[in-house]
Amino acid sequence: MPHRGLVKVCLEEGVFFLTGKDFTNAGAASSSLKGILERLGVRKDIIRRTAIAAFEAEMNVIIYAVAGMMKYRITDTEISVIINDMGHGIPNIELAMTEGYSTAPDYVREMGFGSGMGLPNIRKNTDSLTVDSVVGEGTTMEFVIQLNAVN
Amino acid sequence: MDLHEIVSSLSLEVTTPELSLTREVTGGYVSDLLSDVMGNSHAGNIWITLQIHLNIIAVASLKELSGIILVNNRKPDADTLKKAVAENIPVMTSSLPTFELVGRLYALGLRCR
Repeated sequence: MPHRGLVKVCLEEGVFFLTGKDFTNAGAASSSLKGILERLGVRKDIIRRTAIAAFEAEMNVIIYAVAGMMKYRITDTEISVIINDMGHGIPNIELAMTEGYSTAPDYVREMGFGSGMGLPNIRKNTDSLTVDSVVGEGTTMEFVIQLNAVN
Repeated sequence: MDLHEIVSSLSLEVTTPELSLTREVTGGYVSDLLSDVMGNSHAGNIWITLQIHLNIIAVASLKELSGIILVNNRKPDADTLKKAVAENIPVMTSSLPTFELVGRLYALGLRCR
Protein backbone atom coordinates (compact mmCIF):
# COMPACT_ATOMS: atom_id res chain seq x y z
CA MET A 1 0.00 0.00 0.00
CA PRO A 2 1.54 3.35 -0.98
CA HIS A 3 2.09 5.79 1.84
CA ARG A 4 -0.21 8.72 1.27
CA GLY A 5 0.67 10.84 4.27
CA LEU A 6 -1.90 12.36 6.59
CA VAL A 7 -3.89 14.30 4.03
CA LYS A 8 -7.02 12.52 2.91
CA VAL A 9 -8.78 13.79 -0.18
CA CYS A 10 -12.50 13.99 0.53
CA LEU A 11 -14.55 12.71 -2.40
CA GLU A 12 -17.97 13.15 -0.89
CA GLU A 13 -19.66 13.76 2.44
CA GLY A 14 -23.16 14.23 3.69
CA VAL A 15 -25.74 13.47 6.31
CA PHE A 16 -29.02 11.53 6.57
CA PHE A 17 -31.60 12.21 9.26
CA LEU A 18 -33.21 9.24 10.99
CA THR A 19 -36.50 9.12 12.88
CA GLY A 20 -37.10 6.63 15.69
CA LYS A 21 -39.88 4.02 15.12
CA ASP A 22 -40.12 5.03 11.44
CA PHE A 23 -40.01 1.48 10.11
CA THR A 24 -41.53 2.64 6.81
CA ASN A 25 -38.33 4.40 5.79
CA ALA A 26 -35.95 2.04 7.57
CA GLY A 27 -32.98 1.26 5.35
CA ALA A 28 -33.39 4.34 3.15
CA ALA A 29 -30.21 6.03 4.42
CA SER A 30 -28.12 2.88 3.96
CA SER A 31 -29.59 2.40 0.52
CA SER A 32 -28.69 5.98 -0.48
CA LEU A 33 -25.16 5.53 0.86
CA LYS A 34 -24.83 2.30 -1.16
CA GLY A 35 -25.93 4.21 -4.28
CA ILE A 36 -23.30 6.90 -3.68
CA LEU A 37 -20.54 4.28 -3.29
CA GLU A 38 -21.67 2.58 -6.51
CA ARG A 39 -21.57 5.91 -8.34
CA LEU A 40 -18.04 6.54 -7.06
CA GLY A 41 -16.99 3.13 -8.38
CA VAL A 42 -16.04 1.67 -4.98
CA ARG A 43 -15.15 -2.04 -5.03
CA LYS A 44 -18.19 -4.33 -4.67
CA ASP A 45 -17.06 -6.24 -1.58
CA ILE A 46 -16.38 -2.95 0.20
CA ILE A 47 -19.83 -1.65 -0.76
CA ARG A 48 -21.37 -4.84 0.62
CA ARG A 49 -19.57 -4.52 3.95
CA THR A 50 -20.53 -0.86 4.23
CA ALA A 51 -24.18 -1.63 3.43
CA ILE A 52 -24.35 -4.26 6.18
CA ALA A 53 -22.76 -2.01 8.82
CA ALA A 54 -24.80 1.05 7.82
CA PHE A 55 -28.10 -0.85 7.83
CA GLU A 56 -27.47 -2.31 11.28
CA ALA A 57 -26.52 1.09 12.66
CA GLU A 58 -29.53 2.73 11.02
CA MET A 59 -31.87 0.08 12.45
CA ASN A 60 -30.45 0.63 15.93
CA VAL A 61 -31.50 4.28 15.77
CA ILE A 62 -34.95 3.40 14.44
CA ILE A 63 -35.53 0.65 17.00
CA TYR A 64 -34.10 2.28 20.11
CA ALA A 65 -33.78 6.06 19.72
CA VAL A 66 -36.05 9.06 19.29
CA ALA A 67 -34.02 10.44 16.39
CA GLY A 68 -30.52 10.41 15.00
CA MET A 69 -28.14 11.30 12.18
CA MET A 70 -25.92 9.30 9.91
CA LYS A 71 -22.94 11.30 8.66
CA TYR A 72 -20.67 9.84 6.03
CA ARG A 73 -17.36 10.92 4.61
CA ILE A 74 -15.71 9.16 1.71
CA THR A 75 -12.05 9.92 1.05
CA ASP A 76 -9.56 8.43 -1.37
CA THR A 77 -8.55 5.91 1.29
CA GLU A 78 -11.59 5.17 3.48
CA ILE A 79 -15.28 5.41 4.22
CA SER A 80 -16.15 6.74 7.66
CA VAL A 81 -19.66 6.78 9.04
CA ILE A 82 -20.74 8.46 12.26
CA ILE A 83 -24.17 7.72 13.69
CA ASN A 84 -25.37 9.68 16.66
CA ASP A 85 -28.74 9.46 18.28
CA MET A 86 -30.92 10.89 20.97
CA GLY A 87 -31.84 7.72 22.81
CA HIS A 88 -31.64 5.86 26.10
CA GLY A 89 -27.92 5.24 25.76
CA ILE A 90 -26.20 1.90 26.32
CA PRO A 91 -25.33 1.18 30.00
CA ASN A 92 -22.88 -1.64 29.20
CA ILE A 93 -21.31 -1.44 25.73
CA GLU A 94 -19.33 -4.67 26.14
CA LEU A 95 -22.54 -6.55 26.90
CA ALA A 96 -24.30 -4.89 23.96
CA MET A 97 -21.50 -6.14 21.68
CA THR A 98 -22.09 -9.73 22.79
CA GLU A 99 -23.61 -11.88 20.08
CA GLY A 100 -27.20 -12.77 20.95
CA TYR A 101 -27.65 -10.05 23.57
CA SER A 102 -30.56 -7.70 22.89
CA THR A 103 -32.89 -5.40 24.79
CA ALA A 104 -35.34 -5.06 21.87
CA PRO A 105 -39.06 -5.05 22.72
CA ASP A 106 -41.22 -8.01 21.63
CA TYR A 107 -42.90 -6.31 18.67
CA VAL A 108 -39.48 -5.54 17.17
CA ARG A 109 -38.32 -9.13 17.70
CA GLU A 110 -41.45 -10.41 15.98
CA MET A 111 -40.37 -8.42 12.92
CA GLY A 112 -37.10 -10.33 12.91
CA PHE A 113 -35.00 -7.56 14.44
CA GLY A 114 -33.45 -7.61 17.90
CA SER A 115 -31.61 -10.91 17.48
CA GLY A 116 -28.47 -9.51 19.08
CA MET A 117 -26.51 -9.70 15.84
CA GLY A 118 -26.50 -6.01 14.93
CA LEU A 119 -23.39 -4.72 16.68
CA PRO A 120 -21.47 -7.98 16.02
CA ASN A 121 -22.36 -7.61 12.31
CA ILE A 122 -21.02 -4.05 12.34
CA ARG A 123 -17.79 -5.13 14.06
CA LYS A 124 -17.26 -8.02 11.63
CA ASN A 125 -17.69 -5.85 8.54
CA THR A 126 -15.66 -2.77 9.51
CA ASP A 127 -11.97 -2.05 10.03
CA SER A 128 -12.58 0.01 13.16
CA LEU A 129 -15.55 0.65 15.38
CA THR A 130 -15.96 2.93 18.35
CA VAL A 131 -19.09 3.32 20.46
CA ASP A 132 -19.59 6.08 23.01
CA SER A 133 -22.75 6.29 25.00
CA VAL A 134 -24.21 8.37 27.82
CA VAL A 135 -27.20 6.80 29.55
CA GLY A 136 -30.22 9.07 29.22
CA GLU A 137 -28.63 11.15 26.47
CA GLY A 138 -27.69 9.04 23.51
CA THR A 139 -25.09 7.06 21.62
CA THR A 140 -22.41 7.94 19.06
CA MET A 141 -20.92 5.26 16.90
CA GLU A 142 -18.18 5.62 14.32
CA PHE A 143 -16.99 2.98 11.95
CA VAL A 144 -14.35 3.09 9.24
CA ILE A 145 -13.86 0.84 6.24
CA GLN A 146 -10.60 1.04 4.31
CA LEU A 147 -10.99 1.32 0.55
CA ASN A 148 -7.76 -0.39 -0.39
CA ALA A 149 -8.01 -3.35 1.99
CA VAL A 150 -7.08 -6.79 0.68
CA ASN A 151 -10.19 -8.62 -0.54
CA MET B 1 -31.15 -21.43 -12.71
CA ASP B 2 -33.39 -18.38 -13.05
CA LEU B 3 -36.36 -17.28 -10.97
CA HIS B 4 -38.82 -18.30 -13.66
CA GLU B 5 -37.66 -21.90 -13.49
CA ILE B 6 -38.10 -21.95 -9.69
CA VAL B 7 -41.56 -20.37 -9.90
CA SER B 8 -42.82 -22.96 -12.37
CA SER B 9 -41.12 -25.98 -10.73
CA LEU B 10 -42.59 -25.19 -7.31
CA SER B 11 -45.89 -23.65 -8.47
CA LEU B 12 -45.19 -20.42 -6.63
CA GLU B 13 -47.60 -17.53 -6.75
CA VAL B 14 -45.89 -14.36 -7.97
CA THR B 15 -47.15 -11.30 -6.08
CA THR B 16 -45.10 -8.85 -8.18
CA PRO B 17 -46.16 -9.62 -11.78
CA GLU B 18 -44.67 -6.26 -12.85
CA LEU B 19 -41.14 -7.56 -12.28
CA SER B 20 -39.01 -9.73 -14.54
CA LEU B 21 -38.20 -13.28 -13.42
CA THR B 22 -35.20 -13.70 -15.67
CA ARG B 23 -32.60 -13.00 -13.00
CA GLU B 24 -30.13 -15.72 -12.09
CA VAL B 25 -30.45 -17.37 -8.66
CA THR B 26 -27.01 -18.22 -7.26
CA GLY B 27 -28.17 -20.09 -4.15
CA GLY B 28 -30.58 -19.87 -1.26
CA TYR B 29 -30.76 -18.57 2.30
CA VAL B 30 -33.39 -19.26 4.96
CA SER B 31 -33.93 -17.07 7.99
CA ASP B 32 -36.58 -14.99 9.73
CA LEU B 33 -33.94 -12.88 11.50
CA LEU B 34 -33.06 -9.85 9.39
CA SER B 35 -29.54 -9.40 10.78
CA ASP B 36 -28.80 -13.04 10.01
CA VAL B 37 -29.74 -12.44 6.38
CA MET B 38 -27.74 -9.18 6.33
CA GLY B 39 -24.68 -10.93 7.72
CA ASN B 40 -24.77 -14.32 6.02
CA SER B 41 -26.69 -14.34 2.74
CA HIS B 42 -24.93 -13.84 -0.59
CA ALA B 43 -25.76 -11.60 -3.55
CA GLY B 44 -28.04 -13.44 -5.98
CA ASN B 45 -29.52 -15.73 -3.30
CA ILE B 46 -33.23 -16.43 -3.07
CA TRP B 47 -34.46 -15.72 0.49
CA ILE B 48 -37.06 -17.92 2.16
CA THR B 49 -38.86 -16.34 5.14
CA LEU B 50 -42.15 -15.93 6.95
CA GLN B 51 -41.61 -12.20 7.53
CA ILE B 52 -44.03 -10.15 5.41
CA HIS B 53 -43.40 -6.53 6.50
CA LEU B 54 -41.73 -4.02 4.20
CA ASN B 55 -38.29 -4.06 5.84
CA ILE B 56 -37.58 -7.40 4.14
CA ILE B 57 -37.39 -5.46 0.87
CA ALA B 58 -34.70 -3.12 2.22
CA VAL B 59 -32.66 -6.13 3.32
CA ALA B 60 -33.08 -7.92 -0.03
CA SER B 61 -32.21 -4.76 -1.94
CA LEU B 62 -29.11 -3.93 0.13
CA LYS B 63 -27.86 -7.52 -0.18
CA GLU B 64 -28.79 -7.70 -3.89
CA LEU B 65 -30.80 -10.89 -3.36
CA SER B 66 -32.59 -12.32 -6.42
CA GLY B 67 -35.99 -12.56 -4.75
CA ILE B 68 -38.03 -13.53 -1.68
CA ILE B 69 -40.29 -16.55 -1.18
CA LEU B 70 -42.87 -16.31 1.62
CA VAL B 71 -43.88 -19.65 3.13
CA ASN B 72 -47.10 -21.11 4.57
CA ASN B 73 -49.34 -19.07 2.29
CA ARG B 74 -48.35 -15.84 3.96
CA LYS B 75 -49.21 -12.77 1.90
CA PRO B 76 -47.02 -9.67 1.80
CA ASP B 77 -48.35 -6.43 3.31
CA ALA B 78 -49.60 -3.88 0.78
CA ASP B 79 -46.69 -1.49 1.45
CA THR B 80 -44.26 -4.42 1.15
CA LEU B 81 -45.52 -5.06 -2.39
CA LYS B 82 -45.27 -1.40 -3.31
CA LYS B 83 -41.71 -1.23 -2.10
CA ALA B 84 -40.84 -4.56 -3.77
CA VAL B 85 -41.85 -3.15 -7.14
CA ALA B 86 -40.03 0.13 -6.50
CA GLU B 87 -36.82 -1.70 -5.49
CA ASN B 88 -37.16 -4.39 -8.17
CA ILE B 89 -37.30 -7.35 -5.74
CA PRO B 90 -39.65 -10.14 -6.91
CA VAL B 91 -41.79 -11.59 -4.10
CA MET B 92 -43.32 -15.06 -4.42
CA THR B 93 -45.53 -17.05 -2.06
CA SER B 94 -45.83 -20.78 -1.45
CA SER B 95 -48.43 -22.85 0.38
CA LEU B 96 -45.65 -25.12 1.63
CA PRO B 97 -44.08 -24.87 5.08
CA THR B 98 -40.40 -23.84 5.11
CA PHE B 99 -39.01 -27.37 5.54
CA GLU B 100 -40.85 -28.72 2.50
CA LEU B 101 -40.12 -25.70 0.33
CA VAL B 102 -36.40 -25.65 1.09
CA GLY B 103 -36.19 -29.41 0.50
CA ARG B 104 -37.57 -28.93 -2.98
CA LEU B 105 -35.25 -26.00 -3.72
CA TYR B 106 -32.31 -28.17 -2.63
CA ALA B 107 -33.55 -30.97 -4.90
CA LEU B 108 -33.58 -28.48 -7.77
CA GLY B 109 -29.87 -27.99 -7.18
CA LEU B 110 -29.79 -24.79 -5.11
CA ARG B 111 -27.24 -24.61 -2.32
CA CYS B 112 -26.30 -22.10 0.39
CA ARG B 113 -23.59 -20.09 -1.37
